[in-house]
Amino acid sequence: KLCKQYFPVDILSKILSINVDLQTDATLQVDISDALSERDKVKFTVHTKSTLPNFKQNEFSVVRQHEEFIWLHDSFVENEEYAGYIIPPAPPRPDFDASREKLQKLGEGEGSMTKEEFTKMKQELEAEYLAIFKKTVAMHEVFLCRVAAHPVLRKDMNFHVFLEYNQDLSVRGKNKREKMEDFFKNVVKSADGVLVAGVKDVDDFFEHEKTFLLEYHNRVKDASSKSDRMIRSHKNAADDINRIASTLYTLGTQDSTDVCKFFLKVSELFEKTRKIEARVAADEDLKLADLLKYYLRESQAAKDLLYRRGRALVDYENANKALDKARAKNKDVLQAETSQQVCCQKFEKISESAKQELIDFKTRRVAAFRKNLVELAELELKHAKGNLQLLQSCVGVLKGDT
Amino acid sequence: MDPSLSASDIASSTKPLSEASSPPVMDLLSEPASEASSAPMVDLLMEPASEGSSAPMVDILSEPASEASSAPMLDLFMEPASEASSGPMMNLLMEPASDDLKEPPKPDIDPLADILNDTPLSEVKTPVAAMPQETPSDLFDDEPSELFAEPRQSNTAKQQQTSIFDEPDEDLFSEPLGEASKKPQNDFFKEALAPVAKASNVCGPLSDNYNEHPTDIFTEEAMTTLPSAVSTVSVNSKTNGVHSDEEEPDIFAEATVELSLDSPRNDRKKKEAAKPSASAPAPSVSASASKPQPKTLEELEEEVEDKFELNISITNPEKVGDGMNAYMAYKVSTQTTLPMFRSKTFTVRRRFSDFLGLYEKLSDKHTPNGYIVPPPPEKSIMGMTKVKVGKEDNSSAEFVERRRAALERYLQRVVFHPSLLQDPDVREFLERDDMPRAHNTQALSGAGFLKMINRATDSLSKMTIKMNESDVWFEEKLQEVEAEDQQLRKLHIMVDSLVGHRKELSVNTGGFAKSVAMLGSSEDNTALSRALSQLAEVEDKMEQLHQEQAASDSFCFAELLADYIRLLGSVRASFDQRMKTWQRWQDAQNMLQKKRETEAKLLWANKPDKLQQAKDDITEWEAKVTQYERDFDRVSATVRKEVLRFEKEKACDFKKQIIKYLESLLQSQQQLIKYWEAFLPEAKAIA
Repeated sequence: KLCKQYFPVDILSKILSINVDLQTDATLQVDISDALSERDKVKFTVHTKSTLPNFKQNEFSVVRQHEEFIWLHDSFVENEEYAGYIIPPAPPRPDFDASREKLQKLGEGEGSMTKEEFTKMKQELEAEYLAIFKKTVAMHEVFLCRVAAHPVLRKDMNFHVFLEYNQDLSVRGKNKREKMEDFFKNVVKSADGVLVAGVKDVDDFFEHEKTFLLEYHNRVKDASSKSDRMIRSHKNAADDINRIASTLYTLGTQDSTDVCKFFLKVSELFEKTRKIEARVAADEDLKLADLLKYYLRESQAAKDLLYRRGRALVDYENANKALDKARAKNKDVLQAETSQQVCCQKFEKISESAKQELIDFKTRRVAAFRKNLVELAELELKHAKGNLQLLQSCVGVLKGDT
Repeated sequence: MDPSLSASDIASSTKPLSEASSPPVMDLLSEPASEASSAPMVDLLMEPASEGSSAPMVDILSEPASEASSAPMLDLFMEPASEASSGPMMNLLMEPASDDLKEPPKPDIDPLADILNDTPLSEVKTPVAAMPQETPSDLFDDEPSELFAEPRQSNTAKQQQTSIFDEPDEDLFSEPLGEASKKPQNDFFKEALAPVAKASNVCGPLSDNYNEHPTDIFTEEAMTTLPSAVSTVSVNSKTNGVHSDEEEPDIFAEATVELSLDSPRNDRKKKEAAKPSASAPAPSVSASASKPQPKTLEELEEEVEDKFELNISITNPEKVGDGMNAYMAYKVSTQTTLPMFRSKTFTVRRRFSDFLGLYEKLSDKHTPNGYIVPPPPEKSIMGMTKVKVGKEDNSSAEFVERRRAALERYLQRVVFHPSLLQDPDVREFLERDDMPRAHNTQALSGAGFLKMINRATDSLSKMTIKMNESDVWFEEKLQEVEAEDQQLRKLHIMVDSLVGHRKELSVNTGGFAKSVAMLGSSEDNTALSRALSQLAEVEDKMEQLHQEQAASDSFCFAELLADYIRLLGSVRASFDQRMKTWQRWQDAQNMLQKKRETEAKLLWANKPDKLQQAKDDITEWEAKVTQYERDFDRVSATVRKEVLRFEKEKACDFKKQIIKYLESLLQSQQQLIKYWEAFLPEAKAIA
């Protein structure tokens, strides 16, 4: 049943508020207007509105899959031109496996539970599935919006193809060999990263950013996993309350004394409070865990930028040394000079844009945290007040009954 | 019968006084009467009224007596137990209470008297009909202030409450008891010619509802306390019907003392003619009661009062000894004004196995009669081993506290049971300093092994007994109990899981709080950094909140369920007991049948030498059949009564505990709101 599901546009209102204060303008607006979940893939309808002359039309839509988003992201990363920019982090792979598995288990256990329990469980799972789905879509949308808002990346040819070309981009997933290559590249890169990070930066700004980002990334990683754990146990507690409500209901229906009304009333209350409790967990997930997760990836992207700059700096310094050596030996001086100049240019180019990028990163981060934390507090308040009201009226009624 | 005699004496010597006394009595009696066994009671009520004040009381006494006694016992204790007894009392409690509140208690005697005088019978009745729905909480709210104003009455008033609702509300309890201890009843008994006010106090415990108005009235109007006293007897006889076994001579004597105490207050004013009618039923029933089983009634009367004069608490769990021989000792404190105890307050130290021993003793004695004996908490080798090893961590402290609370609830259930309280073992348990060590409670002891075998055979015979149930009520109730047992077990597992997840949530929230604090410290935007450390603080408080909530999930909810799963076991045991007695009766009938056949064969074979033996056998077995049938009827009646009592208590317990639980939830939501409200401006200040 969950294999194919359509979600109308209005549901996909911007759930994630990570892409706040992006300098969006009317010249290029991108959103995901629709999404279709199929057995093993999700199809996103990417909708573009633009006045840019390189597009044939002002408004158009194409269907894209997750792999195509990854291809776009990788093309940015591999492009030397963008070495000085924070590449917007790629959206995470849609992962419905856990929720599908649960649903399957539910189907197997259908015989062992009452009809009410089954329906309730199914509804729960479907809600969970829907939440994951929405989040996936939102994550993909955030990626596109970030690119569309970026002064340089928005002009990228690949991006335009991605938005406009109404056929399959026929990007394939990486094969085994390529994956192995990626793995080795990453190993080399991280080893190099340690090496590069150990080099004292000549610029205080970058030196400070480097120490900050290293620490920040680790801590946001920790916070993100801790928030996941917290939210998971919150969801479990809400599930327990749900089951308690059903059992109280059964108790209430089978009892012949006047306590039955009492049980039914309490069951009704728990049924409502558990919904709120589940909402609290879901909202914490959206406003807190997802924010942290996003900044985990974004800070990684910023770290990557610093790494590229650091690498360029090391290259530049090595070129300088090589030039000095060449001059001392008076051998291959011209070649060394050219190479030194190339390195210098590259480093300076990266430094120039990186500074602005890092400043922007901070601005974005502060704005996103503000928005999310305010919304989180407001939602927590809303739910707690709703809970309180339910409890108060229920206790009032019960006290009146006794 | 001393009480009945003295009652008639008083009545005949002072006819008008009966009128004065009537209103409260009427409240007491007319309600249960009309609601319960309507026929005989109504008669009782009406008759004296027509006879008026001139009629000798003795007549009234003797006449209804026969009627009352003829009324089927079952009906008597079934109905009042469930509705009647609670209804009218409530009414009494409610009305005067509120009236008293408005008026300063001491000086204004008239208004109270007016209330009594003016309210005609019909009026008194109507509120009862209307009131039963009124909540006890209201009662509780109204009462205390009044109680404090009039300390003497407080004892009785509070007793009544508890008696009516079977709610062992500790708050209410503790206070009256404190007061009670200052004015022990024994004192009153000694003063034969106590002032009226005091006398009224004495009879307070007897006539539950009565005293609400009385004291004021007594002082001026000199009301009869006697009828009220007697009236309680009648009420009790209804509620407690059959039970008879343990009889206490001292109690009996005391009852007489009380009644003679009443007599001096015979100089009373006259009242409206309508009132004697109410006073009549009381003596009548008492007289009737005195005939069939007088002692029982006195004793039962005692019981009903007793339970409200008893406050038991268990405190100071203390580890005694070291290593694996270590055990926990608890301080069992009793506060009581009951004369059956040697002093008003006393404390003993008991260890867990003593509690188990008490249960074994009570269970052995009372379960065969169909009583539901409250079970103690189970042994927990895991929990205790931890304590023994001496780990001073949270879980072992929690275990000790949980067990302490469970033992307290267990003991309170025992003493609130009217029949169990009378058991000398209970008294010994509460009072005796050098309690012999309870044996046979060890799981692996020889006796324990025997018990296990017994249980196994029991359950085997249970399966083999095929009872063709004649009473649908029992069949349905048993099914209900079994279904409930199943659901409660399920619920208990779920609540336990909730406790687990809530604890996990607390731990994980704590972890997150630390993590966010770290993140805040490395954040280089000042405002955001501050907001994050504020968020960490909020999460820190939430950790605490979740932990507290987990504790109340466990203490308020899970423990309640555990108690009732155990109690339902006892309920089932009482059903089993009834089945066993039925089986015994059936076996005896079969045996009798066989003996008769033997006799017939002998007659046929003309063997006169063996005939006499056969005839003797038949007589013997006939007697046995009659005896066993009576046993079965008695056990059935007890089971029915006990189950109704249990259901009432269960309803109260669940309501009280779950409301308490919901209130804990409510409080944590309030806290939550406070925390997030404080955080919101911090989040908004991020720039």
